[in-house]
Parts: sequence; structure tokens; C-alpha cells
Amino acid sequence: MLNSFIFGNLTLDAIPYHEPIIMVAGVMMVLGVFAVLGGITFFKKWGYLWKEWVTTVDHKKIGVMYIILAVVMLLRGFADALMMRTQQAIAVGHSMGYLPPSHYDQIFTAHGVIMIFFVAMPLMFGLLNLAVPLQIGARDVAFPYLNSLSFWLTVSGAILVNISLIVGKFAATGWLAYPPLSGLVYSPGVGVDYYIWALQISGVGSLLSGVNFTATILKMRCPGMKLMKMPIFTWTALCAMVLVILAFPVLTATLAMLTLDRYMGMHFFTAAFGGNAMLYVNLIWAWGHPEVYILILPAFGIYSEVVATFCKKPLFGYSSMVWASIVITFLSFSVWLHHFFTMGSGANVNAVFGIATMIIAVPTGAKIFNWLFTMYRGRVQFSVPMLWTIGFITTFAVGGMTGVLMSVPAVDFQIHNSEFLVAHFHNTIIGGVVFGYFAGLTYWCPKIFGFKLNEKLGKVTFWCWFIGFYVAFMPVYIVGLMGMTRRINHYSAATGWHPYLVVAFIGALIIAAGIASLVLNIALSIKNRNKEGYLDTTGDPWDGRTLEWSIPSPAPFYNFALTPEVDSIDAFWKTKQEIAQGKSVQKPAYQDIHMPKNTSTGFFIGALSGLFGFGMVWQIPWLIAVGFIGVLVAMVARSFSTDTDYYVKAADVEATEAKYAALRQRGASSLGDSAEDDGMLGSEILNKAT
Amino acid sequence: MTDHSTTADHHHSADAVDVFGFWLYILSDCVLFATLFATFAVLQFSTYGGPALHELFSLPYVLGETMFLLFSSFTYGLAMMAHYKGNTRRVLQWLMVTFILGVSFVVMEVNEFVHLVHEGHTWQSSGALSAFFTLVGTHGLHVTIGLIWMGLMMFQLMKFKLTPDTSRRLTYLGLFWHFLDIVWIFVFTFVYLMGAI
Repeated sequence: MLNSFIFGNLTLDAIPYHEPIIMVAGVMMVLGVFAVLGGITFFKKWGYLWKEWVTTVDHKKIGVMYIILAVVMLLRGFADALMMRTQQAIAVGHSMGYLPPSHYDQIFTAHGVIMIFFVAMPLMFGLLNLAVPLQIGARDVAFPYLNSLSFWLTVSGAILVNISLIVGKFAATGWLAYPPLSGLVYSPGVGVDYYIWALQISGVGSLLSGVNFTATILKMRCPGMKLMKMPIFTWTALCAMVLVILAFPVLTATLAMLTLDRYMGMHFFTAAFGGNAMLYVNLIWAWGHPEVYILILPAFGIYSEVVATFCKKPLFGYSSMVWASIVITFLSFSVWLHHFFTMGSGANVNAVFGIATMIIAVPTGAKIFNWLFTMYRGRVQFSVPMLWTIGFITTFAVGGMTGVLMSVPAVDFQIHNSEFLVAHFHNTIIGGVVFGYFAGLTYWCPKIFGFKLNEKLGKVTFWCWFIGFYVAFMPVYIVGLMGMTRRINHYSAATGWHPYLVVAFIGALIIAAGIASLVLNIALSIKNRNKEGYLDTTGDPWDGRTLEWSIPSPAPFYNFALTPEVDSIDAFWKTKQEIAQGKSVQKPAYQDIHMPKNTSTGFFIGALSGLFGFGMVWQIPWLIAVGFIGVLVAMVARSFSTDTDYYVKAADVEATEAKYAALRQRGASSLGDSAEDDGMLGSEILNKAT
Repeated sequence: MTDHSTTADHHHSADAVDVFGFWLYILSDCVLFATLFATFAVLQFSTYGGPALHELFSLPYVLGETMFLLFSSFTYGLAMMAHYKGNTRRVLQWLMVTFILGVSFVVMEVNEFVHLVHEGHTWQSSGALSAFFTLVGTHGLHVTIGLIWMGLMMFQLMKFKLTPDTSRRLTYLGLFWHFLDIVWIFVFTFVYLMGAI
């Protein structure tokens, strides 16, 4: 009795001693965590971390933390991918490979969950945090404390997934956990519970971020920035955030119902007692299809920024680009059924959803042509972000066309659940989302850190990913057409799939080299951050067009010393043109700046939610109580706090700006001046154009 | 592009932003309820051999329950009127009345649930009853959270009086409370009335 109060269902048997692969991975992970904690202690950085990062409400720092989380989880998710590719490359005929089915099933589930929820989503929110407030001339997001809370909830979810590696197991159901397989009858262990609580906790974080950024974009733009004068990345971010608000509650409710089935014996999705498993599949895709657009739309925005900046031309068809994004936003809610044409809803229903799916290709095609026409007769600079963009246009066109192919229900019946589908969505997610986010990271890195990434290694990363993708996934398309279904861990030699899967394995190795060069690039660039070719003293290293380039790099904590006012789409570009024509200079009059204070509430609520989730997984009564009551107490305590903001004095602002100006002078004299703006800092240009 | 010097307080033209953010949250909660309504629509006849749902409900009883919630919305409106006049004591009085009406609603709902369970119609009996208990219970849970919040609100009003912070929170709570009222009208219509005809 007491034992079950203290430990719930948790026993020492939960640690998989008998599975050497899991144990080695687990031990590596634990050692890694201890190495990091030890390092922080050794260098006495705990205070600094707490004050400057853990409790921060600065959107730029929160963005950086999102990206660190995503990169760490990318390593984990990619390790899963390599393990699967290895298994499929060797488990043919008499050889059963090295992964038993129970473990293999957990790996493909974890791979999908991690890549979507804990790599792509944090990267997306990271980039939004870095760029959106700067692009709209705001000092912070609408709800800075909520922003910190969202981040720490995401971290809690990620930690739960990682804990499941060594304490218990993860779901073995596939990344969307279809019932009745994910119900209590067929998945009695804690795997699905880990899945549910990791997604539920991080999902609440995503939903809050959606509210936060929608309010930020709609309400906090600088004077003069009408909706149709917003930078295109901000537009696509707005569309994605509206989708978050409309789609994530569906995920929350659907997972909650699965939870009630498992914990309270309800019958929403069970095979008996009037439950309806297809209801779950409909609901989860009513979230899941918009989710893919939540990921891809901001990537489209990044390509648009990059292509305009590096072709030195205004984006071709700005308003058609905006409308295409809006149309995609609406249509993304009308196509979910194409994920299960084989459900048996009848020819007419399938036809409607098939046609709706094909229609999405129209606005997407318009975007592709806009990018091409922006490049046409532009002065294209083949720097790293531009390479990602060109790689995207070609790769995504292939992925889009295989998508249209599968939107024909009759065709889909042939290739449903096959490796052809696996190749298709990796084609769009790697060729669309991943390429875009890497372009964005390279593009905005100098604005946030004050230095550029190494150009040569960046190109190595690109070519490894680009070539690696084609080598890894073209064979997967082929085996799909040969009849190979997804998620199998052993097959007969007579199928003829083996050579293709060996090639796919080699492709995965090439991508691994790309990831290695990315990590190397980050390390090398940090080491050389003060050297020529890395250090950005101008604040405008790419000769950019939008407001974020008008302030110094790294962006000051208050972003804009003076709130800018704009009257055109590429506001900063226009100002630079006017300066070149000799517009008059005026000394800026700084004023006090109102800023939010740091708070630890977000961190504590995140941590307590994680404890609550762990308690629910193992059904540990006291831990559930501590987590739940703790969250409530933290929220109530926050509502009594009145000490939440402060003012930065005008004199301090002036001093900080002067320091940046001095840095700019030094940079100009020691490194030689490459910028076209007469050796002026972006903010000075901004101040002069009155 | 020029500098805009009159908006040093840019970040703190914040009230409108904050309330807008709360509207967005309400929008997301609407979608959550929409999901549960859709689930109820699909599962309401899957009684697994049990009696049809409408045979289990007493319409007059639920109408009484409904009246408590509708009147609580009205009295919350009166509290807001007092708030616009800056009368803290009157705000507190109307909040107290609202609170009591809200508690009555929750007590009646819990009583209905207990009654159903006693007769053997639990959430484990069938898909239809799972959907019923979850939809109605989620609304009840929202009302309960609203009541806890209202208790906290009354405490803060006594402690801080009407400050910009407490006023803003009164607006939030009002939005939340009226929103729950609207959701209940849909629950009453779709779950109770439509079954009866």
C-alpha cells in the first residue's frame, strides 16, 4: 500500500538491463547529462545560467534555447533513423538484423515523435522568436512570461521522451498512436502513457506560443507597418500561428480522450462498447494535416526573405505570396481525409478530399514561380542560405508532385501505407522544412550572435544533405512501388528490395556527414567569432531589406533604441537608398524604454508539469499531487506579483548605442569596409532618415 | 522609415494587446469544445445496448441548472457595471452572488452525474456515455476553474482594490464566464433538447 503510494507502478524492472543496445544508449545519455552539469559546476556558470538564460523573458534568448533543444533532439532522432536504416539494410532472408521487433517499433515511433515535436517544432518556434519581433519593430513579444513558460513546457515534454529510454519504454504504435493498438488492451505498458504526456505538455506550450505570436504580430507592429507591408516571413509566421490556435486544441482533446480510455476505462476508441477507432484517426489528422503546414509555412517565409536578399531584388509577387499563404492556411483544414482514403468512406467523399488536396498544389505552385521570377534577372549570390533555397525549389517540386500523385484516391489505394509514402513525406519535410530552417539559421545567426557561420562548411553541410537526401530516399520511392510496406523490420530476399535499402543506408550516412559538418561548423564559428569573415560589425551583413538588419548585431536586449516607423514593404532597403541619395542627418533623441523583468515562474511551472507527467505515467499519487498543486500555486503566486517590469534609462540606451557605434568604427578600420552604407551602423542609418 | 519618438511606452500600450490575447485563448477553447461536440455527435447513438441517452435525462432538472448559469452571467454583468463606476464593494457583492449561482450549477451537475452512476450508467458503460460525461464534464470542469478563479479575484479585490491589474483580470474572467455560458447553451441544445424531440 505504502509502496504503491511512493512508487506507483514503478519498479526496478522498468530499467531494461537485458537490452544491451538500450542500456548503452541510456548510459551514454546519462553520462552526457552529467558531463554538461559537471562542466557548468566546474566553470561556475550556474548563477550566470540562471540569471541570463533560465529565467529570461528575452525572445532572442528563448529562441536560442529552442534551437539548442532542437539540435540536441535532432541528434537523438537521427540516431533512431540510422538504427532503422541499418536494420533494414541487413535484416534480409536468414539474417534477422540486430533489432527485435519490440525495440524496432519503439524506434520508429520515437523517431517520428522526436523529429516532428521536438526538432521541427522547437526549430520553428526558435526562428520565430529570433526574427518576428525584430522584423515588426517590436521590443518583445506580446506576453514575454508566457513565452518563457511555453519553452519550458516543451523542454519538459522532451525530457519525458528521453527518460522513457531508460525508465520503462516508449510507445510502439507509430508516431500518431492509432487505437485500438494504442488502447490499454493492446498496449498495456507505459509506452503510450509517455507518448501522451510528453505530447500533451509540449502541446500546451505550442498552443500558448501560437496565442502569443498571433497577438504579437497583429497588435505590436511598429507604426506604419500595415498588414500588407509586413515582411513575408512574418506573414507566413502569422498564418502558421493561426493554424496552431485552430489545430492544437484538437490534438489536446483527442489525446485527452485516449487518456480517458486508458486511465478511466472509457470507450471513445476501443474496439468494443460502442467505441469508434476511426473517430480517432479523423480527429488526429484534423490536427495532423494543419501541423505539416504549421511547419512548412514559416519555411516558405524564410525562402522568400532569402531569395529577395540574395538576388538584390524585391520579392516577385509579394501580395500573391501573401494570398497563397492564406489560401494554404484555409485549405489545410479541408484535406485531412486523404491520409486514410482506404477507410472506406465511399467514392464521393474520397473524390472531394482528393480534389481539395490537388487544389493546394495551385497556391504552392504560385509560390514556386514567385521564387523563380525573383531570381530571374536578379544578381544571385550563391551563399549558403541561397543554396538551401535552390535545393529546396528542386527537391520540393519532386515531393509536391508525388503528393499530387497520391491525392488521386485510386492511386492511393495502391501505395497506401507503403514506403512510397515514407519517401514522399521525407521528401517534403527534409526538402521543405529542414532545408528552410537551416537557411534561416544561417541567415539570422549574425543578427543574434554577432558572427556569421563558416561559409565553406555551410556549403559542405548543404551538399551532404542535398545529395544524401536523394541517395537515401529515391530508393525508398522505388521499393514502395515494388510493394514494400512501411515499418517492417525484416523481409524476404526474394522481394528484391535489399540492394535499394543498402543504397538508402549509404544515403543516411551521407546525411550523417552533413549533421557532423553542421555541428563542426557551429563549434568552429564560435571559436573564430571575432575573426574577419565571421564577425559582423555592420549589423547588416547580407545587405538586407527588412527592419531586423537596421539594428546592430548582436541585437541589443531592447531591440530598437527608437521605435521605427515604416511606409513600405522593404523599409530598411528603401531607407538605405535614400541615404545613398544624401538624405539629411538628425541626432536621435532617446527615451526611457519599458521592459519586462525576468521571472522564474515559467521554469518552475515547466518543471512541475514534467513531474506531474512522470507521476501520471507511473501513477505515483504523491508526485501527481505535488506537480498539480505546485503548478496551481506557481500560477496564483505569479498573479500576486506586481514587480514585473522596469525602465531602461534613456542615458543607458544612449551609452549602449554609442558602444555599438564604436565597435562599428573599429570594425571598419581593422577589417576593411565591405558594406555599401558608408561605414554606418544600421541604427545610425535609421536615425538619419527623418 | 523614421523614428517614432512618441511611443517610448510602446510595450505598455498593453491592455488592448492583453485582452486580444485572451480572446485568442477563448478561440482555442472553442475549438477544444468543438472537438468534443463532434465526438458526441458521432458517438451519441453508440449505447452498446443500453437505453438511449435522452431516456436518462430529466429535462426540467437540466433547465433549472441552466437558469442558474444564465443568471450568473447576468449578475457578472452587474458586477462589471459596478466596476465601471469604480465601486469595489458593489463589485464584490455581485461577484459573491455570481459565485453562489455558479456553485449551485456545479452542485446540480455533480448530482446528476452521481444519480446516473448510481443507476449503473457510468462512463464505462458505452461510447455514448463516455462522450456525454466528457463533454458535459469538461464544461463543468471549466466552470469549476472559473469559480476558483473568482474566489481568487474576490480576494485580490479586497487586497488591492480596483487597480489596472485587477480591472484587466475582471475583464478576462468576464469573457471566460460568458463564454462558458454560451458553450452551455450549445450543450443544453445538442445534448439535452435535441435528444428529447
